[in-house]
Amino acid sequence: MKSSVIVFPGSNCDRDVAVALEKLQFKNSMIWHKETVLPESDLIVVPGGFSYGDYLRSGAIAAKSNILNEVIKAGKKGSLILGICNGFQILIECGLLKGALLRNSGLKFISRDIFVKIQSNKNKFFNKYKINEILKLNIAHNEGNFFTNNEHLKELEDNDLIPIKYCDGDGKVNSVSNPNGSLNNIAGIFNKNKNILGMMPHPERMADKICSDEDGLPLFLSLMN
Amino acid sequence: MKFSVTVTLKKDVLDPQGKVVSQTLKNMGMSNLKQVRQGKFFEIDLNEKDDSKAHMQIKEMCEKLLANQIIEDFKISKKE
Repeated sequence: MKSSVIVFPGSNCDRDVAVALEKLQFKNSMIWHKETVLPESDLIVVPGGFSYGDYLRSGAIAAKSNILNEVIKAGKKGSLILGICNGFQILIECGLLKGALLRNSGLKFISRDIFVKIQSNKNKFFNKYKINEILKLNIAHNEGNFFTNNEHLKELEDNDLIPIKYCDGDGKVNSVSNPNGSLNNIAGIFNKNKNILGMMPHPERMADKICSDEDGLPLFLSLMN
Repeated sequence: MKFSVTVTLKKDVLDPQGKVVSQTLKNMGMSNLKQVRQGKFFEIDLNEKDDSKAHMQIKEMCEKLLANQIIEDFKISKKE
């Protein structure tokens, strides 16, 4: 499988995700944001970090970069796109995903391991997980508080577009296990065709036992399935 | 032609920063304080003489970049 990781000034998880992809034999290219051509890719990753120093709104400036025009085109044609953390914020800002990521309700930058519960596995991204499986992943963000209007929330719920929700170690999804105030504990969402996923937790940080853990690895394996 | 644009969170969107500012002001003794909402302010200078054209352009800037309309409202005013 071929993958492309988009790199912006201020991206800092681009290398981590490339390492995870290459571990699984993806043929990966790193694509600088000024490029106007995107190599043919089965998967496009918009990685985490602080593109453009989070100026204006997180992801707002990166969403207007050259390469994003190509990412938008590819996404509309059905290419698989994964936006992680700042990548999720960028996918929202460029309109590929709907909603908004507000400042964390506790007003603090949160960097720690959290748990999420699999809500949906009939898709390209989570098919190696079981429904209700609990994963330990890592979050590191200041604006991860997902919010959207009632109409979009209903669309997400009715079409099985919320694959992961924050929970505690026992799988309880409630306000106590919600790290950042996200609406209904939502940790990630799909677009309507489920070819575009945005998620705040970092699966690439849990892709190797030596460094941390491996709960994120099945996501990359799912993509190869 | 100079414009100012104010971007604020919509009424039903939680504004945690505004809340903290409000609480701090109350702690400072401003007991009649009802609410504080925090926003962003832009001063935009445009090389354009046509009033309505300029207005349209500022509106486009707001819609396409300066505000995220799911969570934010914007207000444009012309500076004399």
